[in-house]
Amino acid sequence: MAKRDRLSGNEAVAYAMRQIDPDVMGAFPITPSTEIPQYFAQYVADGLVHTEYVTVESEHSSMSTCIGAEAAGARAVTATSSCGLALMWELLYVAASYRLPVTLACVNRALTGPININNDHSDSMGARDTGWIQIYAENNQEAYDNYLQAMPIGENPAVRLPVMVCQDGFITSHAVENIELCEDAEVKAFVGEYHPEHYLLKHENPLAVGPYGISPYYMEAKVGQAEAMKAAKQAILDVGRRFGEMTGRSYGFFEAYRLEDAELAVVLIGSSAGTARACVDALREQGRKAGMLKLRVFRPFPFEEIAAALSHCKAIAILDKCESFSAAGGPLGAEVRAALYGCKERPIAVNYVYGLGGRDFRVEDCETIFHALEECAATGETGAPYRHIGQRG
Amino acid sequence: MTENPVEIRWHGRGGQGAKTACLLLADAAFSSGKYVQGFPEYGPERMGAPVTAYNRISDTRCTVHSNIYGPDYVIVVDETLLASVDVTHGLSEQGAIVVNTSRSPEEIRPLLNGYAGQVCTIDARRISEETLGKNFPNTPMLAAAVKVSGVVAPERFIADMEASFQHKFAHKPQVIAGNMDALTKSMQEVRFG
Repeated sequence: MAKRDRLSGNEAVAYAMRQIDPDVMGAFPITPSTEIPQYFAQYVADGLVHTEYVTVESEHSSMSTCIGAEAAGARAVTATSSCGLALMWELLYVAASYRLPVTLACVNRALTGPININNDHSDSMGARDTGWIQIYAENNQEAYDNYLQAMPIGENPAVRLPVMVCQDGFITSHAVENIELCEDAEVKAFVGEYHPEHYLLKHENPLAVGPYGISPYYMEAKVGQAEAMKAAKQAILDVGRRFGEMTGRSYGFFEAYRLEDAELAVVLIGSSAGTARACVDALREQGRKAGMLKLRVFRPFPFEEIAAALSHCKAIAILDKCESFSAAGGPLGAEVRAALYGCKERPIAVNYVYGLGGRDFRVEDCETIFHALEECAATGETGAPYRHIGQRG
Repeated sequence: MTENPVEIRWHGRGGQGAKTACLLLADAAFSSGKYVQGFPEYGPERMGAPVTAYNRISDTRCTVHSNIYGPDYVIVVDETLLASVDVTHGLSEQGAIVVNTSRSPEEIRPLLNGYAGQVCTIDARRISEETLGKNFPNTPMLAAAVKVSGVVAPERFIADMEASFQHKFAHKPQVIAGNMDALTKSMQEVRFG
């Protein structure tokens, strides 16, 4: 039976962690993810979990702790944000290439400078090529649900990859909203126990971790990672379906909201999707064919599926909550455009960068974007393909 | 959304508990069966700096995650903010503003940039000092917000808050009675202008 409660996004993730009771947590605070290890420390102190709670001196060390624990066959978790994730950078590649399914709760925050504690996706988007699976949440419920699905996905023997479960800093992490929570026993059964086939201390067949990969072997390891990321697609769908059977809330790669007959659509990630949803509803009430694609899984990138969902539209706007300084748009814009390239019929596509460093994204901003799309559709002209919205002046 | 949520904006100063009051209001509304949002706006916060927090309260889940620009109600926890922050900005004239002050609504209205809606006042500082022995204005402000906005039925609110305080202050039950007095007194004393 589901339990109705009201929790912030950080509380929801800490609650999920308690229900899972992982073997090891590498704990280091950084705004806005600090509350996750803070709340979890209370669970440890209260004896509600059996986790080895390792307080370290940096995020480099918290990820190293997770890597060591996972290599030894344990289930390890951590949480971080912004420059904390940046300090883990080297180790993010290590975790992925050693095929260690660490679970990282990423509470998205802007990167310096200027220094800023508020939300955008610069941190995790910068880590998009580290080999981690990335799953994003719109609200506290999805942050909780995604967290419960992370281990069954990452630990799948065909996958064996680390998973980054992302939520928007403050907007989701510090906002209290209604939530439905699973029973502890349900979670235990759903997530299961972790029994890796190979691990460091397996005495009958010990594993070497971290050897030098000379040129005749390195590429095979990388192709193996690439194949694992492809295999993750099926695992994500299977786990999302199984989660739906348990809770009534099924998950796929993305949510297509009023998209089937939409002529104009926005494509975006995270909490702003809720705001866009309200905008789409308002436009639909005026008889305008607006829709939304909310991307949940950015790695692996659901290339064919996105193309199929969007190809019928007349014009789309892809919204990036981070700058990639390519002088041509953001990472989501680049990948969605690439996905559409193979379609015979494809929409006009424009890419907006928005919401940097906590700049608010309002229903009115979304309306402005839809008006611009109407213009594109009416004239057949793309205009500037790379735009910013929300800045002054 | 089939109906619009009630939107509330809190203005306070860092350390006064505006964020806590905002989250307690979300708690109270949740307990009465509503869908709630309670969230602070974070910046470089420090004691005494102006802070803002928000509530959306509705019968169906509200998916909008922006800040609130056209609130139905504004709650001002520190009246010195009236001189520096445009607290009535965007405030609905069908709504109301509640100010923590010893002054009357008639005395406060001229300070509100021509706001024509309802002006309410509550002397949260005095109530807090009388009931809790210290200036913790957020508990009486929470009660005044409930009374003026009507987002939760008063009897239900008092009952829920008592249960909540018993849980929250399990380790120091001596403060429960004072907090309950602060709530009931505040609900009785709100002045409607």
